[in-house]
Amino acid sequence: MALKLYGAALSPCTSRVMTCLHEKEADFELVPVDLFAGEHKQLPFLAKNPFGQIPALEDGDLSLFESRAIAAYVAEKFKETGNDLIRHQSLKEAAEVKVWMEVESQQYHPAISPIIFQFFAAPLQGYAPDQAIIDENTEKLGKVLDVYEDKLGRTKYLAGDFYSLADLFHLSFTYYFMKTPCAHLINERPHVKAWWEDISSRPAFQKVASAMNFGEKGN
Amino acid sequence: MAAIKVHGSPLSTATRRVLACLYEKEIDFQFVPINMATGEHKSDNFLALNPFGQVPAFEDGDLTLFESRASANYVAHEFADKGTQLLISGSNKEVAVLELWKEVEAHQFNTPSSKVVWELFFKPFLGMATDAAVVEENETQLGKVLDVYETRLTQSKYLASDNFTLADLYHLPNIQYLLATPAKKLFESRPHVDAWVKEITARPAWSKVLAMMNQ
Repeated sequence: MALKLYGAALSPCTSRVMTCLHEKEADFELVPVDLFAGEHKQLPFLAKNPFGQIPALEDGDLSLFESRAIAAYVAEKFKETGNDLIRHQSLKEAAEVKVWMEVESQQYHPAISPIIFQFFAAPLQGYAPDQAIIDENTEKLGKVLDVYEDKLGRTKYLAGDFYSLADLFHLSFTYYFMKTPCAHLINERPHVKAWWEDISSRPAFQKVASAMNFGEKGN
Repeated sequence: MAAIKVHGSPLSTATRRVLACLYEKEIDFQFVPINMATGEHKSDNFLALNPFGQVPAFEDGDLTLFESRASANYVAHEFADKGTQLLISGSNKEVAVLELWKEVEAHQFNTPSSKVVWELFFKPFLGMATDAAVVEENETQLGKVLDVYETRLTQSKYLASDNFTLADLYHLPNIQYLLATPAKKLFESRPHVDAWVKEITARPAWSKVLAMMNQ
């Protein structure tokens, strides 16, 4: 029985999970959740995620939410197939992957997420992007990216010379970020830029990126 | 000299998160105080351990880590056979439930609780003025999160399972500070959350973390 992923193809959190599923060559079914109808804030979806957010995953009797936990489960379940995302054969390498997964969670995401919100979601709610919020967070993100620039000058990917879940977790929000006027933060840092071009050109991500067209005319 | 070193501050929530794990696992370690008042956490020596300039940093021999949750997770795995069992073993499905509630702590609980702790505990402590609007907004948000916890804790003794795990432990530092503020009412009005809070903050390993303030 295939995995069922409840979400939306244009959602960065849903895409985070789908990228991982593609890297692992795992079969799954995307069950669309109608965000504009508020389906994610009502039953039956609330029974899958009491926080009312997409995505949620079902694997037989297992029900999960939080995209990073879902992706980690997928990477573990299918660790023997597809690309090795978690370095399960070396506790030290696995620990380094976990460090940079935490960095994405605690340093990168809090700075990039408000920028994405201002450019993509605020207009839908009838507000112009708030430049003060954008400026505050581009400053924070710049400092984080300075650390990345240094690290990526020493290792090819974040946790080492191997692509891992830590790099993958950055893909979907950064993809939207690169469509904003703030993209220069990535482009003006040569190692970060090279890393971004490498990881975003991976076939597994290309498959989900084509559907990530939030906010574009015609949608 | 112990192979494990924690560089941090006994007041820091993130430092306490790692210390709690080490005490639960009954692991010897050396605590290296970092003087944040003098900006030691931004010094070159410390930045070599954590390029983000935040406490704690963690060493086990030649392995250097930062991010408290990654460090605690490493300890829980490396010393799986010692002290309290903080992980769930078994099928990937069973382990996934632990990962889920660790993510909930990181992405639902941590942000509003950290903001309330900063406004109601640290700002007065540092002689700064509390922003009531920030408190109200984040207490409301935290209340919604705790409503989900209240339901969850009727189904399960602890967050991820019927045993204490890393998912519960990760909450301890912010919970402890919230208990010292009027925000503790958010726990007291939710019976299952209240019982869980009382239970986990009474653990002997956590008392040892708090006792480090006296050193």
